[in-house]
Amino acid sequence: MTGAADGLLVSRDLSKRFGGLIAMDSLDMAVRPQEILGLIGPNGSGKTTFFNVVTGIYPTSGGVVEFDGKDITNFSPQAVYRAGIARTFQRSRLSLSLSVFDNVMVGNHMRLDQGLWFNLVARKDFKRQFEENFERARDLVKVFDPPLGNRMFEAVGTFPMIDRRRIEICRALISRPKLLLLDEPSAGMTHDETKALMDDILEIKGRLEDLTIIIIEHEMGVIERITDTCVVLNFGQKICEGPYREVAEDRLVQEAYLGIQ
Amino acid sequence: MFAVLLPGIGSAVAVTVYVILLLAVESQAAIAGLLVAGVIAVLAAARFGGMARIGRSFAERENAMNLVIILAVLAVTGFFYEDHFILLLMATVIIYVIACLGLNLQFGYAGVLNFAGAAFFGVGCYTAAVLTKNTAMPHLLILVAGGVMAAVIGSLLILPVLRTRSHYSAVVTIAFALLFKIFLEVNDTLGGPQGLPVDGMNVLGWEFNDDIEIGEDFEIAFYVNYIVVGLIVLALAFTFVRRLERSWVGLNLDALRLDETAAACFGLNITRWKITAFTLGNFLTGVAGALYAMMLGFIAPTNFTFGDSLILVSIILLGGIGNPWGLVVATTILIILPEKLQVIQEYRFLLFGAMVILILLFRPEGLLPRPLRTYLPGWRPK
Repeated sequence: MTGAADGLLVSRDLSKRFGGLIAMDSLDMAVRPQEILGLIGPNGSGKTTFFNVVTGIYPTSGGVVEFDGKDITNFSPQAVYRAGIARTFQRSRLSLSLSVFDNVMVGNHMRLDQGLWFNLVARKDFKRQFEENFERARDLVKVFDPPLGNRMFEAVGTFPMIDRRRIEICRALISRPKLLLLDEPSAGMTHDETKALMDDILEIKGRLEDLTIIIIEHEMGVIERITDTCVVLNFGQKICEGPYREVAEDRLVQEAYLGIQ
Repeated sequence: MFAVLLPGIGSAVAVTVYVILLLAVESQAAIAGLLVAGVIAVLAAARFGGMARIGRSFAERENAMNLVIILAVLAVTGFFYEDHFILLLMATVIIYVIACLGLNLQFGYAGVLNFAGAAFFGVGCYTAAVLTKNTAMPHLLILVAGGVMAAVIGSLLILPVLRTRSHYSAVVTIAFALLFKIFLEVNDTLGGPQGLPVDGMNVLGWEFNDDIEIGEDFEIAFYVNYIVVGLIVLALAFTFVRRLERSWVGLNLDALRLDETAAACFGLNITRWKITAFTLGNFLTGVAGALYAMMLGFIAPTNFTFGDSLILVSIILLGGIGNPWGLVVATTILIILPEKLQVIQEYRFLLFGAMVILILLFRPEGLLPRPLRTYLPGWRPK
């Protein structure tokens, strides 16, 4: 087991029960700084539950989450975000009726001045902050797709799925989190789109060296290509961890996926 | 530069003339004819791209167009300078728009559906009644006091509204609307069912409720006073709501309305922003109420029924949720139509109900759908 000292995000004995259903069972996990960790497992194995518990959407039923040396167990979603964890959602939760810029800026909440006076009266200062942030948002979006940077003020609902995923990742990245949680970014996309999106993620990872990523993914090609290490869950328990090649060889993992007796 | 303004000014002139005609004509057949002609003109304009061009005038030359609209209202006011009934209608429209701006802030932006709009309007009215009769508070301050009282009373509802989501918070406000009217009816200090008299507005010795006499036989109806003050308050409220929408605060409200969970995951304090929107909205509604009470000179619980709250909500649905200009259009239609077309006077609620159903079915975003947010009007990325 990885020692707690070298983990950016560490969970110890972390559990989540929904009534009688144990969605996550005493999970011990450590994510090393700057790595890309793949979280895999069959449907219902507790991957998204893990994200939801870490980000404070669900309260834990037991156990501890530490981030960057601090105990963040049962922090509110807001506090988790301020601590430096940002995420995307399985069913992309963008606001389709808002513009690209609006959506990205939601992710930048903690860096924006939220005072009423600043927003309503000090419009010159607001303009300055707006322009700075527009540049930042556009630069970030352009890393993913340059043409997208020219369409910052169009409604997200008019964009295809791959662009929505890109925008969602930008929303998570704009606040410069230390840890990015990607919940099935390839869901609903074609093979080629998935490949393009992974290129983007690797490109971003190349630019932001300090960034640590946990990615939930069903496409094993993606996992093989971009992860440094993998954790496999089944029925809420960790059944295996290690680099993808080792994990894929593991008998327990094969049983979990293929049902071999 | 001027070419962009032309469609906007042209339409403003056309609408002004149309409104004057509509208000001046008495024969029911002529009014019906005008209404049909108006609908056809709007549909035709929409069909041939005229609406888009008018929209561009408003979007690109905002300040100029705001001024044009104010001038248009003043022109109509000038035309009917001695007609009490029509000026009262106009002032009512202006005051209702202010109240609806408040509800729009709550529902259109933060998604808090408030079915007690008329109750908070009533709080403003009763505040004005009590303060004008019992204190020497300057009347402009009483407008503010009406707003503050509505916000304070509204804070009673904050806990139950926050603990419930969407439809359920609406039920909380419905309960409050009903309670409020019953409270007024049984409360003798507030006049009970008979209501209370209210002093007319008086600013620096200028009596708002006296007709303005110029020379020997030239008289201007006193409602013009209220139209002018109403326009000023409206302009302030409009600017306020606009700026709010075009700021990070407006973004926060949209984000939490559309997806509370996602918003929370990006640090938004849902409670703080819902309270902000609810309180500011009630404040605007209360200010409108205080002005209304001073204009009418007398208020009673029957002015603040649940039905009146429903009218406010239907104005927002009809106009375009989140679009302040939509409110102006919808309020004008909903207030003036039943007064002019007496056939529907008795069936006005039936008409409003039918309108809301039709809008929800065929144009769910309202007559004037809300455009995407522009933070700084006229701003272009470098």
